[in-house]
Amino acid sequence: MAAEMIVDITKSFPGRLMLEARFGLSLDPPAILILFGPSGSGKTTILRCLAGLERPERGVVRFGTETWFDGQAGVNASPQARRLGCMFQDYALFHTETVTGNVAYGLAGLPPNERKARVGEALALLQLQGVEAMRPAQLSGGQQQRVALARAIARRPRLLLLDEPLSALDAPTRAGVRGELRHLLKQLAIPSVVVTHDWGEALALGDQMAVIGDGKVLQVGTPQAVFNRPKDAEVARIVGIETALEGWVRESVGGLAMVEVAGVTLHALAEEGVGPDVFVCIRAEDVVLAPGSAGTTSARNQLRGRVVDISSMGALVKIGLDCGFPLSAVVTRAAVEDLRLSRGLPVTASMKAGAVHLVPRRDAAVTATA
Amino acid sequence: MNWIAIGVTFKLAALTAMALVVIGLPIAYWVSFSRWRWKFLVESVVALPLVLPPTVLGFYILVAIGPHSPIGRLYTDLVGHPLPFTFEGLLIASILYSLPFAVQPFAAAFDQVDRRLIEASWTLGVSRFGTFFRLILPMSVAGMVTGFVLSFAHTLGEFGVVLMVGGNIEGVTRTVSIDIYDEVQALNYAGAAKTAVFLLAVSYLILLTVYAMNRKVWAVWPQK
Repeated sequence: MAAEMIVDITKSFPGRLMLEARFGLSLDPPAILILFGPSGSGKTTILRCLAGLERPERGVVRFGTETWFDGQAGVNASPQARRLGCMFQDYALFHTETVTGNVAYGLAGLPPNERKARVGEALALLQLQGVEAMRPAQLSGGQQQRVALARAIARRPRLLLLDEPLSALDAPTRAGVRGELRHLLKQLAIPSVVVTHDWGEALALGDQMAVIGDGKVLQVGTPQAVFNRPKDAEVARIVGIETALEGWVRESVGGLAMVEVAGVTLHALAEEGVGPDVFVCIRAEDVVLAPGSAGTTSARNQLRGRVVDISSMGALVKIGLDCGFPLSAVVTRAAVEDLRLSRGLPVTASMKAGAVHLVPRRDAAVTATA
Repeated sequence: MNWIAIGVTFKLAALTAMALVVIGLPIAYWVSFSRWRWKFLVESVVALPLVLPPTVLGFYILVAIGPHSPIGRLYTDLVGHPLPFTFEGLLIASILYSLPFAVQPFAAAFDQVDRRLIEASWTLGVSRFGTFFRLILPMSVAGMVTGFVLSFAHTLGEFGVVLMVGGNIEGVTRTVSIDIYDEVQALNYAGAAKTAVFLLAVSYLILLTVYAMNRKVWAVWPQK
């Protein structure tokens, strides 16, 4: 029987948004759920309710056969009793303790040998050997992030809650750490809930994704499905990326990569360390349409295709294209009229290499076993 | 200089400060961490000795521990003699009189401990009790020392409460400040001056310690 975590909670804040969260998370096999939404949408509050740091008003939180919260029965398990691992946005490291002290903090109940072994294990897993005696203030942002994660996993938690795990890092560090985190979470095989507003993180880390807007869960699905097929205009606005396709990097020279997507080759600016398996992400705003076959432009990618769908989004119009793979574009109403866009019309879609974003994709082998 | 009075005073101050660590910590913890909306009612009561004339406080304590009150009767039944005009009675009065001088620095120190660190400790499986001793207390050392030293220093200088509750018994309840008053009454200015200078020097040294240790924590009321 597949164990599952079930969350169905509501909480209201006077004069502010009403939180309504309803979603599930597979515990066996362990899955990674992304809570995705803009800041202020209530993601962190949901995470705090799961951790037991915040009390929902009504509803239930069930972890397998255990009840963590039941508003009617008056059950609300303490954070200590839930046996989970939390990583906070600013890491919340104990600045009075060394790295070892931080990691060992939650292991006080264990015999000394066992404690030492666990600390060593967590430090090795996160490659923190050599900085054990340092204090958090002496470490780089990436190292602090790893200490926070080591501290959370040293107790062997049953559930990991990560709140914007990479947001405190600068952009170049973030890209590298994102890949490490993805490998680590799969290696640990601990069910996880990750809060983020970064679509790269969502695609790279998530098995499932719940889009949160104004305190409500708007759509749940695999990240790729949610990005490609947002349920409505609001979800589309929140996720901000309309095309996310599986691709393979064929060649990468001098920061420019050739990526194959459904038999079509695209040019993209390659971030460091992007493996052969990637998600190719294109924002609809970055796609430029021209009638028939366009002349030469500076855009590296010129795709022939035809219009398959036209749908209104207020002042803008979303155009669904078939270029050998589905591609979305957003244009103004005037542009629709000028180009006389209609279903079946052949067009050329172009975008600069810089508009084609590559996000590392979980290796096919790992996905199959997950 | 009246060394007997000095001995009594230092014994009283040390015992008061130690008792206030034990009594003040739970009160300060509650003041700092409670989210009860009527919390200010208790905060105001704790702060009362700051503004109340010592004679008023002393009067109420005297009545409360006197032979006509239930507390006084219980104590007399248990111990065999009444509380007023004994060292124990004076100690109880000093503890109440110096309560804000311990509780406020303690609470101010607790207020400055990042709540996210406390939550992190809880999610790491450490109980509230364990979190207090392993995280909150080590991060509040400066506030602890401030509270201890201030209540010690404040007890050194108390006068009105001692007079009301302790009386003026040589070797039992005659403290330094009472002794100075007696010397002045007896027109022995030289004797009063010596003891006064001693008390001034000690008080100044104590405050030097507090300010050197911490320039932020000491406030009349915790800064939120």
